[in-house]
Amino acid sequence: MKFKWAWVWIILGIVYFFLPLVATINFSLKAERGRYSFRAYQIVLQDPQFISSFTLSIQIALLTIVFSLLLIVPTVYWAHLRLPQVRPILEFIAFLPFVLPAVVLVFGLIRIYSGPPFALFNRAWGTNLIMVGAYMALALPYMYRSVDTGLRAIDVRTLTEAAQSLGASWPVILWRVIFPNLRTALLSGAFLTFAIVIGEYTIAAFLGRFTFGPYLALLVRNRAYEPAALSILSFAITWSIMGLIQWLTYRAPGSTQVAAGPR
Amino acid sequence: MATESIPTVYTPQFPSWRHRLARLTPWLGVVPFFLFALAFLLGPASYLLVGSLRDLQGNFTLDNYRNLNQPLVKGAYILSIQISAITALGGGLFGFLLAYAVTIGGLPRFVRSGLLTFSGVASNFAGVPLAFAFIATLGRIGLLTTWLKLIGLDIYDRGFTLYSFAGLSLTYMYFQFPLMVLIITPALEGLKREWREAAENLGASSWQYWWYVALPVLLPSILGTMILLFANAFGAHATAFALTGGTYNLVTILIGAQMRGDVLRDPGLGYALAMGMVLIMTVSITGYTLLQRRAERWLKR
Repeated sequence: MKFKWAWVWIILGIVYFFLPLVATINFSLKAERGRYSFRAYQIVLQDPQFISSFTLSIQIALLTIVFSLLLIVPTVYWAHLRLPQVRPILEFIAFLPFVLPAVVLVFGLIRIYSGPPFALFNRAWGTNLIMVGAYMALALPYMYRSVDTGLRAIDVRTLTEAAQSLGASWPVILWRVIFPNLRTALLSGAFLTFAIVIGEYTIAAFLGRFTFGPYLALLVRNRAYEPAALSILSFAITWSIMGLIQWLTYRAPGSTQVAAGPR
Repeated sequence: MATESIPTVYTPQFPSWRHRLARLTPWLGVVPFFLFALAFLLGPASYLLVGSLRDLQGNFTLDNYRNLNQPLVKGAYILSIQISAITALGGGLFGFLLAYAVTIGGLPRFVRSGLLTFSGVASNFAGVPLAFAFIATLGRIGLLTTWLKLIGLDIYDRGFTLYSFAGLSLTYMYFQFPLMVLIITPALEGLKREWREAAENLGASSWQYWWYVALPVLLPSILGTMILLFANAFGAHATAFALTGGTYNLVTILIGAQMRGDVLRDPGLGYALAMGMVLIMTVSITGYTLLQRRAERWLKR
């Protein structure tokens, strides 16, 4: 058999990919001296701080997804239908988050909204509002691309006119004609948004909200085995989300966008 | 021949305000989106920009940008650029070799889909959990560290530490090379077999085919993706912060410190620091977009 360099690179890649995972799993099982156990998982999953921070992250992620969809789908739909001249502007705006890293974005947000006339950070809802808005901004390029690709694939004008001639109002058209036709695109956009928000650290930490990211960072500083268990958990979350997206877009046209910005 | 002009009756010379308004109504549909963009993207960016152009009294000045030329700030930029460039080159090269292996290297089909799935996951696995995974691997009592000690190689005795340039680069590579794989694999698949056959029929060697045909087609993709990797590492904050606890002087870490406690003792300088970062990101992402657009010419069927 001929020697193939290709195998060498692949084996190196497999080692690079799996070694940190194996090490983390190994670490996460060693909470009890001298034997392997799930002790670290038990401790961390019962920690009230874990439950509250993880719940908060999920809530924020769901809010981000809902508001993103409500904002982006009607806008892009409208631009496809009535305002084609506005599409380059939308594309430009959807491109902005790439050049504003999270740490810069949160810097600007804090300086604007902490002082008068807003003073939004004095209340929990104000901080949550800014946080959801910031995450919507982070996810905007991916969500926009999903929706735009989805709308390109269907005949927006014909569908709209058909619905109108049957007497549908705008909300009905959006909810019962456009949303169902974009199901795959919207779901993959939503999952990717979830993956971005659920473990996000920078924005949450600077806004002072104790979500999953800051909680994990705190554990990394103070504990040994529990953060290993949580790292494995968050890897499992990333893995299942990417799996879902791949499964969803298996036969869908166009390439999937699966790289979610610097962290 | 008499030309009679046909009067266009229904076009009023001076459209009334009603008509003008009617033409503007479709724009109402995009107002919420623009308000969002203003509040969460353009607003913060402009605030930093304006702040970077003002002195403490609020007068226009360029001094903040001149003051960037001081050891702390310059050090942060140099370190960020170095680490981004090294991991972009390293990750780009390794990612290319992997993508090459599964496309042209002639490996079984399942290896290709496996690699793409792993890359999708790994390029999204960043931040705090990634930092911890590397502590568990290459930290002082990490798995690889202990293994290497068993065969008589104590890397920490030899001066390696995970909380250094080398350690941080190795960690960044974990999300860098998969991104290269994801973007470059379609480009490699776009190399048509006919090109190779045509080159061979004309008597080209394998080397000549790569140098004169394949490389010029692939070069925009390769360069563009490496620039994207550069930006990807340049903007990273959570991974570096979780790994080094904020002691490592990268631009993102310095911006964070400035936000927390005005370490530069000059708000305007902080804004200029952030704008410098935005400028570098803009240049790299624009470069990536232009090169990718050029690369797509060959990918069209």
